[in-house]
Amino acid sequence: MYAFDYTRPTSVADAVATLASDSDATVLAGGMTLIPTLKQRLAQPSQLVDLGALPGLAGIRREGDTLIIGAMTRHADVARSEIVAAALPALAALADGIGDAQVRHRGTIGGSIVNHDPAADYPSAVLGLGATVVTDRRQIAADDFFTGLFATALEEGEIVTEVRFPLPKRAAYVKFPNPASRYAVVGVFVAETGSGVRVAVTGAGPGVFRAGNFEAALTASFTPKAVEGLVWSADDLNSDMHASAGYRAHLIGVLAKRAVATIA
Amino acid sequence: MSVTSIGTSVKRREDKRFLTGKGNYTDDMNRPNQTHAYILRSPHAYAKIAALDVSAAKAAPGVVAIFTGDDMKVGSIPCGWQVHSKDGSPMKEPPHPPLAQGFVRHVGDQVAVIIAETYSEAKDAAELIEIDYHPLPAIADAKKALEPGAPPVWPDVAPDNLCFDWHIGDKAATDAAFEKAKWVAKLDLINNRLIPNAMEPRAAIGDYDVSNDLHTLYTTSQNPHVIRLLMGAFVLGIPESRLRVVAPDVGGGFGSKIFHYAEEAIVTWAAKQIERPVKWTAERSESFMTDAHGRDHHSHAELAMDDQGRFLGLRVATIANMGAYLSTFAPAVPTYLSGTLLAGVYTTPAIYGEVKAVFTHTVPVDAYRGAGRPETTFLLERLVDVAAEVSGIDRVELRRRNFIPPDAYPYQTPVALQYDSGDHAGCLDRALEKSDWAGFPARKAESAARGKLRGIGLSTYLEACGIAPSAVVGSLGARAALYEVGSVRVHPTGSVTVFTGTHSHGQGHETTFAQVVSDQLGIPIESIEIVHGDTDKVPFGMGTYGSRSLAVGGSAIVKAVDKIVAKGKRIAAHLLEAAEADIVFADGKFTVAGTDRSKAFGEIALAAYVPHNYPIETEEPGLEETAFYDPKNFTFPGGSHICEVEIDPDTGVTQVVRFTAVDDVGRVINPMIVEGQVQGGIVQGIGQALLENCVYSEDAQLLTGSFMDYCMPRADDVPFITVDHHTTLCTHNPLGVKGCGEVGAIGCPPAVINAVVDALKPYGVSHIDMPATPEKVWQAIQAARPAAAAE
Ligand SMILES: Cc1cc2nc3c(=O)[nH]c(=O)nc-3n(C[C@H](O)[C@H](O)[C@H](O)COP(=O)(O)OP(=O)(O)OC[C@H]3O[C@@H](n4cnc5c(N)ncnc54)[C@H](O)[C@@H]3O)c2cc1C
Repeated sequence: MYAFDYTRPTSVADAVATLASDSDATVLAGGMTLIPTLKQRLAQPSQLVDLGALPGLAGIRREGDTLIIGAMTRHADVARSEIVAAALPALAALADGIGDAQVRHRGTIGGSIVNHDPAADYPSAVLGLGATVVTDRRQIAADDFFTGLFATALEEGEIVTEVRFPLPKRAAYVKFPNPASRYAVVGVFVAETGSGVRVAVTGAGPGVFRAGNFEAALTASFTPKAVEGLVWSADDLNSDMHASAGYRAHLIGVLAKRAVATIA
Repeated sequence: MSVTSIGTSVKRREDKRFLTGKGNYTDDMNRPNQTHAYILRSPHAYAKIAALDVSAAKAAPGVVAIFTGDDMKVGSIPCGWQVHSKDGSPMKEPPHPPLAQGFVRHVGDQVAVIIAETYSEAKDAAELIEIDYHPLPAIADAKKALEPGAPPVWPDVAPDNLCFDWHIGDKAATDAAFEKAKWVAKLDLINNRLIPNAMEPRAAIGDYDVSNDLHTLYTTSQNPHVIRLLMGAFVLGIPESRLRVVAPDVGGGFGSKIFHYAEEAIVTWAAKQIERPVKWTAERSESFMTDAHGRDHHSHAELAMDDQGRFLGLRVATIANMGAYLSTFAPAVPTYLSGTLLAGVYTTPAIYGEVKAVFTHTVPVDAYRGAGRPETTFLLERLVDVAAEVSGIDRVELRRRNFIPPDAYPYQTPVALQYDSGDHAGCLDRALEKSDWAGFPARKAESAARGKLRGIGLSTYLEACGIAPSAVVGSLGARAALYEVGSVRVHPTGSVTVFTGTHSHGQGHETTFAQVVSDQLGIPIESIEIVHGDTDKVPFGMGTYGSRSLAVGGSAIVKAVDKIVAKGKRIAAHLLEAAEADIVFADGKFTVAGTDRSKAFGEIALAAYVPHNYPIETEEPGLEETAFYDPKNFTFPGGSHICEVEIDPDTGVTQVVRFTAVDDVGRVINPMIVEGQVQGGIVQGIGQALLENCVYSEDAQLLTGSFMDYCMPRADDVPFITVDHHTTLCTHNPLGVKGCGEVGAIGCPPAVINAVVDALKPYGVSHIDMPATPEKVWQAIQAARPAAAAE
């Protein structure tokens, strides 16, 4: 780890100002990705701006048909929240399946979606539910937020403050964990939302994406049978020592069907 | 009243300090005025170091010294075992310098050591070292390394990458047996390469006492005396009297901490150069790329049977990866620790095995939990299942027909070993019963109703432990003897300190050995202290590996205690005014036979140290004895493991749902500790069979360099494991013990894969290589139903 300065601002405005004044400063949330990166000397920030003391950034609330989760909310808190369990159980289950207990007690939803690891779980829920990402300066629709491998629409120095999930009629997430890391080899989030059926896939490609043919089939009939035999092309999928593109493509079909089966 | 606790599950005495965080591991230790070392390692699998400039780094803040191979011109790290090829020529033995001499030969090879006031400063300075590497073509796969034109690891020493081409058994007799065969089972298999991953990373501290010219090395070792010998005599030229090696609490080894590593020599040598202590602790990623790996064999095997399914002959050809350098025991693993077990539990009369050992640009490969016996067991027990397929004889029945019967013991195999005891049918019967083998069809139907494929598999194995008679291993190429040493010091008040040359790094010796001594002397365990891991305290020793500690080290202690008792009788005879021959020792008392006149053990101890009334003309004062115990034979644990798996045909995910182990480990001193050892070994076996795989790229970059990609088994990968015993005693050591540290890792993998293949039988699958990952299993299913896959 290289030396760096450390600040712990107490207002979002201060945090944003610090980031604006120093282009080499980096936001620290749960540190589950950032700290190992620093330890391996793969990054050399001038200072870490710890979001841990910002008021109002951690917390879960429901406003009508919207579930709002603060960016600094830990996975474990989402997993055991009564509000989430009642409003959006698929999200609680997703959070409960992230990494291990230590990771769940440190990692945050903000850190997870900003990092946009292609194997992370949360991005599939954000995209699959058509959530809105709220930052210090604007609101970004899920369809615009994830722009590619480890990339998002955030500007330099922009801070995610919360994620707003419109509550779906029904939703489910099924994950095929990498046996070693327990990240998703493939994860499929299926939801019937106010604006139609959405199917978001994580783990399989260079970033989270929507599976249009599955959405169309489920729009026609929201049953496991509707997606049986449906194929997602392996062409743009990841291939690594854990799973070939063909196997990932196959898993998308299996997991989508299983997700639907739990809520059909 | 007897105090014996043998056969009872005494709680592990060492756990109090381990569980409360009070263990004393190498990294917990800090010497006054200590410096910290960072080792700069090669990012290349093979490269020439064209230029190396440390001048800028030397000027960096906090740097005390930087050394490269140009500075550290010392002896070569030796290999402890010499194997000869078929033609009688000795193995090719390249040099193994602690710091690279012009070339690096695997990713992680040591290039320079940076010593600074803090570890961070050392690491910062390392970035200022300028190295001009000229990368060269490299190879990781042992089979491909033998092909013509493959990049050589040692162009001068072994241009074809062949280290040795060894064989065992009778080729002509075996070929003749195949001529008569009714059926021949054939199998190609890979024993996957594993990374040991002890919980505690390796660490070493070198300390040098200038005024007395004394060196101390604190290190994470399973055998401090062996390190003292290898490093002192061969690498650094320090006599034993000036070199102390301490292996304090060690957090797991599984073999990987047997070997003498470069870092030990580097810190010991550097401490003298700078006249300050030098500490090094591996980062986890360094463990992945520098701890000796395990397994990595490719084999072709053939088994000939007569029309009754009786095994007539066995032929095996193996290619074994040695890595870039020969690690301490590496040549012995695929040869004398593997080939000698090809008979297994069967009466196969003719056996021929060949092994080509090959250099590659990878971390050295050496002994890892089981060391050679898991490789042979996997091969044999898979092959026997294939033989059952080929012959149509039930796999349980086929094994029974070929078991060495109990009355054939001692049994001379055609591959050198003579087994002393065992009851394979007894183990199998008990395992079949405990696992409810007969009830499997109902469980299979129940799984099928849930859409799952269920399979059951077994292995009936035998392995060799308690290495070993010195003369025997010497004739097979060992460059050291393999006896063990025990020293028993009785203190004036009758408490006892036992010094053992073995080393405990999780096995619970402090408890088991104390139980043995307590039983023998009739004194409570609390009066007995077990000391290990310090060459200044323990007279000598060869250490812990090959499940030898109790069988060999425990036997040495028993012999030393025998001498204590013998001397005690002579003292008692004097005090009780009786003939020595009339003194009996039992339950902690020396008694004149047939009388109630006796002296307690403590009274005799006191008399020995305060010899006022004492046979001083014939006996020296004091009560302390040492024994060197050279075993008469290997010990031969064995058993039957039965595994049940459930496979999800849609994803290929395999879950082990039941596991039953019935082992014969000889006498069980502490059932709880044995159960823990067996369970741990089985978990590692499940890891090898389903999860763990060390992967190098074609050009020898390590792809599984962290736990993100290298999959260790976790609690939810493992079912409840039933551990049971069917015991026959070892006939040639005083305790009748055989060894239990590795049986799990040896017996388990074939049982798991046999179960997977059994589950996949409807798809015509006859073999699947380890690890049977979800994708591999799914692909095997797809291959059997291409139509379904294309849907
Ligand atoms: C062993 C392990 C296993 C894991 N397994 C899984 C898994 O199974 N599934 C899964 O989805 N994830 C997994 N993770 C990831 C983990 O859950 C975290 O979500 C992830 O590491 C990032 O979250 P964090 O809060 O720790 O962010 P940090 O590491 O602190 O930050 C990550 C990045 O996001 C930026 N950032 C953080 N918060 C904000 C914000 N509010 N606004 C702007 N930028 C921000 C930081 O600057 C940094 O660049 C695993 C991690 C580990 C270490």
